[in-house]
Amino acid sequence: MEPNVIELNGLTKKYGSFTAVDDLSLSIRKGEIFGLLGPNGAGKSTTILMMLGLTDPSSGTVAVCGINSTKQPVEVKRKVGYLPEDVGFYDDRTGLENLVYTARLNSMAPAEARDSALQLLERVGLSNDLTKKTGKYSRGMRQRLGLADVLIKNPEVVILDEPTLGIDPAGMREFMELILRLSREEGITVLFSSHHLHQVQQVCDRVGLFVKGRLIAEGDIRSLSQQLFGNEPVMIEAGALHPDKRLQEAIGSIEGVNTVRLENNIFRIGCSRDVTPAIAELIVKSEAGLCYLQKREYGLDDIYNRYFEGGES
Amino acid sequence: MKLFDTSSANGVMHPFRVIVGKEISDHIRSWRFIILAAIILLTCFGALYTSLSNFSKVIKPTDPEDAFFFLKLFTASDGTLPSFLVFISFLGPLLGISLGFDAINTEQNRGTLSRVLAQPVHRDYLINAKFVAALTVIGIMFFALGFLVFGIGLIAVGIPPTAEEFLRIVFFILLSVCYVAFWLNLAIFFSVRFRQAATSALACIAVWLFFSVFYNMIVSLVAKAIMPSEIASEYQMLGFQRFILNLLRVAPGQLFNDASTTLLMPNVRSLGPLTMEQVQGAIPSPLPLGQSLLIVWSQLTALVAGTVIWFGLSYLSFMRREVRSR
Repeated sequence: MEPNVIELNGLTKKYGSFTAVDDLSLSIRKGEIFGLLGPNGAGKSTTILMMLGLTDPSSGTVAVCGINSTKQPVEVKRKVGYLPEDVGFYDDRTGLENLVYTARLNSMAPAEARDSALQLLERVGLSNDLTKKTGKYSRGMRQRLGLADVLIKNPEVVILDEPTLGIDPAGMREFMELILRLSREEGITVLFSSHHLHQVQQVCDRVGLFVKGRLIAEGDIRSLSQQLFGNEPVMIEAGALHPDKRLQEAIGSIEGVNTVRLENNIFRIGCSRDVTPAIAELIVKSEAGLCYLQKREYGLDDIYNRYFEGGES
Repeated sequence: MKLFDTSSANGVMHPFRVIVGKEISDHIRSWRFIILAAIILLTCFGALYTSLSNFSKVIKPTDPEDAFFFLKLFTASDGTLPSFLVFISFLGPLLGISLGFDAINTEQNRGTLSRVLAQPVHRDYLINAKFVAALTVIGIMFFALGFLVFGIGLIAVGIPPTAEEFLRIVFFILLSVCYVAFWLNLAIFFSVRFRQAATSALACIAVWLFFSVFYNMIVSLVAKAIMPSEIASEYQMLGFQRFILNLLRVAPGQLFNDASTTLLMPNVRSLGPLTMEQVQGAIPSPLPLGQSLLIVWSQLTALVAGTVIWFGLSYLSFMRREVRSR
């Protein structure tokens, strides 16, 4: 088994009486893409700051690449690339200058810094804009420059805080693909936080659900849905033109069906196994006018919603 | 020390030096600095012009200070334009404030603070580098300016200065740098405290205005209130004078003025009141440099102490601050 690159143990951060992160334990393996998912203010950014040693935890330990972030932040920051939420650059400098500056802060020689900056700019698709002042960059360009900025130190771990915030869908997809490719090619461990479900679902190997400072579930999407919807892993939606109570009861009595709900002429049927043919047959026979039938696997949306329904009540 | 180890063979610099280098180039490129430098340059040449144009009137052959006529370049004035010294004491704080008031808060607002601190550097590198860079720029500028005045004076007057005059001017420039450093640190402190650069600039200017305009008024009010009656003894008067002077010396500008006058006018032999007994038997000749330095030592110490206090405060509040993006 691969060693754990990020190891959080009982991590807690309190601001006065407010607990931003509550007894968080998490480990992330090498080469993994981990998504930290949660609504705003859930403590995602605070957790990330603690991983980088930019904030001291109230209790608990953080180790990144086996180094304690609280005690040796500089050593950790040598190995970790961090893209802050809404990253900023020196606006009166060009993209290239900004990158070279970062490289030199990482103890690179000027010539070496310039070479790798040029390479990276090429890689993130900014080679036409390298002499442009970053003040004139668009949001998407800044984000890509931020990625180059993170990669220039040849990190073992990349931490991205809300990397896709404010980019249009096309740019977002491009950006996520870039991250995915980099992680696979170079074996970089990626941790990113987001409140955006779909992108996380697309690229992440594992997801941690973060609500009010607590990690309430973690795992890949399949195992998450297993945890949550254990008794009804399959959801079938069936639309009928003339649904009625009798039909609903009939569906409920099919073996394997656990719950049936009727909303806007659509039956939502939670089943313990795939019983689509039986349901279809039943509805067709009842002449209720089957107009729509879909088998769904639970996506993050459902997981997310389910958690927040539970969390609020 | 590793910090000042210039570079290894392939030009790898210590990150601290990289930050300082970037900050210095930021200052020099900025319009703010160019404008201020231009103002200071212009006013200094104006001052130099007035002092040169009535140089002959200022120099009296019987004056024991005659030997130090070169120093007059910095202090003489015909009343139409203030002297070089007055300009420096007026514009110096402005320079310090303008180089420091947005040191930290602009980094934060631009979102560069968390990016830079995510690099393998210690957190205090940033604030130390800001201070060192601004001080370097100020130092270079003041020395260049002082020596420029010196050189032009040399050409215009035609008599080379003595070694003592040269040293006095070097000390005067060092003192000016300390004075500006005080205001620089005050400005850096406000830049850590206030999130908006405009607020911090206003706060700095408020402090500066308070000390340069209102503080004297307040002290003179206090003086009027507690003035001993006319029949008071000599010692009471002396004590009163000393008290008022010490009150005045809370203002950094007063400290700077005291110290620089002593350095540039060698016949000043005390900064406080002197009784007749003390003056009796004194030879009416200028003080040697060592003695002048002794007189200003307390002023200089107080200025440096003020600088250190402000720097310490900004260091503390910066290190405690949590670095969030924007």
